[in-house]
Amino acid sequence: MDKFIKVTGIVAPMDRPNVDTDAIIPKQYLKSIKRSGFGPNAFDDWRYLDPGAPDIDNTTRRLNPDFVLNQSPYDKASILIARENFGCGSSREHAVWALEDFGFRAVIAPSFADIFFNNSFKNGMLPIVLDGEIIEDLFNKVASESGYEITVDLQKQKVITQDAEEYPFEVDAFRKHCLLNGLDDISLTLQHANEIKAYEEKTKQSAPWLFQK
Amino acid sequence: MPGKTLYEKLFDSHVVRKEDDGTALLYIDRHLVHEVTSPQAFEGLRMAGRKLWRADAALAVPDHNVPTVAAERAKGIADRVARTQVDTLGKNTREFGVTQFDMNDIRQGIVHVIGPEQGATLPGMTLVCGDSHTATHGAFGSMAFGIGTSEVEHVLATQCLLQKKMQNMRINVEGTLGAGVTAKDIVLAVIGEIGTAGGTGYAMEFAGSAIRELSMEGRMTICNMAIEAGARVGLVAVDQTTIDYVDGRPYAPKGENWDLAVAAWFDLHSDDDAIFEHEITLDAALIKPQVTWGTSPEMVVAVDSDVPDPVNELDTVKSDGMQKALSYMGLNAGVAVSEINIDKVFIGSCTNSRLEDLQQAADIIKGRKVADNVKLAMIVPGSGLIKQQAEKLGLDKIFLEAGFEWREPGCSMCLAMNADKLEPGERCASTSNRNFEGRQGQGGRTHLVSPAMAAGAAIAGHFVDVRNF
Ligand code: SF4
Repeated sequence: MDKFIKVTGIVAPMDRPNVDTDAIIPKQYLKSIKRSGFGPNAFDDWRYLDPGAPDIDNTTRRLNPDFVLNQSPYDKASILIARENFGCGSSREHAVWALEDFGFRAVIAPSFADIFFNNSFKNGMLPIVLDGEIIEDLFNKVASESGYEITVDLQKQKVITQDAEEYPFEVDAFRKHCLLNGLDDISLTLQHANEIKAYEEKTKQSAPWLFQK
Repeated sequence: MPGKTLYEKLFDSHVVRKEDDGTALLYIDRHLVHEVTSPQAFEGLRMAGRKLWRADAALAVPDHNVPTVAAERAKGIADRVARTQVDTLGKNTREFGVTQFDMNDIRQGIVHVIGPEQGATLPGMTLVCGDSHTATHGAFGSMAFGIGTSEVEHVLATQCLLQKKMQNMRINVEGTLGAGVTAKDIVLAVIGEIGTAGGTGYAMEFAGSAIRELSMEGRMTICNMAIEAGARVGLVAVDQTTIDYVDGRPYAPKGENWDLAVAAWFDLHSDDDAIFEHEITLDAALIKPQVTWGTSPEMVVAVDSDVPDPVNELDTVKSDGMQKALSYMGLNAGVAVSEINIDKVFIGSCTNSRLEDLQQAADIIKGRKVADNVKLAMIVPGSGLIKQQAEKLGLDKIFLEAGFEWREPGCSMCLAMNADKLEPGERCASTSNRNFEGRQGQGGRTHLVSPAMAAGAAIAGHFVDVRNF
């Protein structure tokens, strides 16, 4: 997993609540058995004017000029701001893969759906919850200056705007540790293999039906 | 010490170890696997040279991508990309020693339908699947939740997951449902009440006399959509209805183990003095058949109302969202729901594709014909076994004579990954669980309803109140 320590980049505004994972990466792309290559199809229905499919060359499709991520400089954004309940809907981790492949490293919103929130951490992407009023401020700043940049400092747990305003955010200590060090959850868990085996032995006594073949 | 909620009992009994910050390593008893969210997980294991911790805890089935037309299933999936994904599941499960019901196995079906049907979903279990509607299995008093692909890999490799305890919410539905009002209407009404983020961060237990009166099918419909209210976990306490449903199923405990299990399962309810951080109560008698009008499940009204007007919404973000939804849905504020004409009807999905759902649809359809303006009305049973039972009862004949198509089991037009989809601008009465933009096909317009309401809409060509139809 990629480490996340400090990221500075252009902020793209996505001014909607309830941006769902179907919108982030439509289902026809979930047929892929790979983990990469979803970026060109991130927000596919909003981004292109004609329909897409896994075997269509995206460079031949007409872009929707009104969609924010098709506009310069937002096509190079690495931080996304949005409204409430970002990432609701399906559990597809492909949504996180698509955002990352597009170039995003952090999403800032007043609230996130649980599964998306969780999936982000597993892929070196940081979901940041900030107060609705702060988000409103950020939207205004971004609207008033093209290419507005902010810095996300995970070590200090702060979002720092280019005008040097600082907004602290919360992050779970364990997740922070994993992101800062790019740690893989599975190897961490396997360090406790003996405890898992002990749990299984105990449960075989108390609830044997859970182990019946 | 106050008593425990059902969720707390399930959580606490599966803790392998606990970190200082409250993060727990939880043991996972059952892992359901399907073709869409698993290939990258198996690939990850292969690349790291890892084995499965416990292959017998997993059960796999292809459902999202499979065609629902018998001829195509017999000769192989036409869509090359989809075929590769289904084949990959077959290859992975064989290589890692996981049981798979393949596409032409009578036991194949939607992953959330076959778990309970096979008795692979049991009370008291922790159960996960790379799919958000895993909440369905909570109807059995099990702690079931959807996970992402990295977590699928984590469970395959370690049989555990890192979790933090959520808060507890209880939804009490008291009283008796009116005739023609079903579990689907209850859950849509709940979502309308608390919103799609109302349950975020909570485990949501459904309780009250109206829930206890429901069959297991109805309880599954309700827990299935807990995620649409933002809750990863939906729950119903175990009672005799639960036990009777599980008894005798292929994966259910047998003999002495059955007696032990039943004795343990009767403790699977929230204690009287348990604390819920949030609790709401609904009067079942006041719930009417529901129809969604927008692009989020919370945009829902009773069938006898009008499409709401964004002007009356004071919150500007919400009002703006409503405006966008109306324009996507091609609807005007103030129009009576019963005047909305439909183009297609879909009865199926892990929300409403079980025998009881099909029976409820058949009761409405019997002896009637699909309206002329309806281009396609399809019924997709949740599993091969449900299809077989429905045919034994003659339901297929009722559907076919009315002009419905009677398909093979799978997710089908719930998410339109296979050939079953809406064309741009088409309007559908659907028993599925999501009405997001493009969910049933790009530009398609979805109205979520119960099976009876979908059946009524198919016959009338527009929404009708099934209570007097
Ligand atoms: S039926 Fe629909 S909601 Fe259920 S698992 Fe399939 S795609 Fe997901």
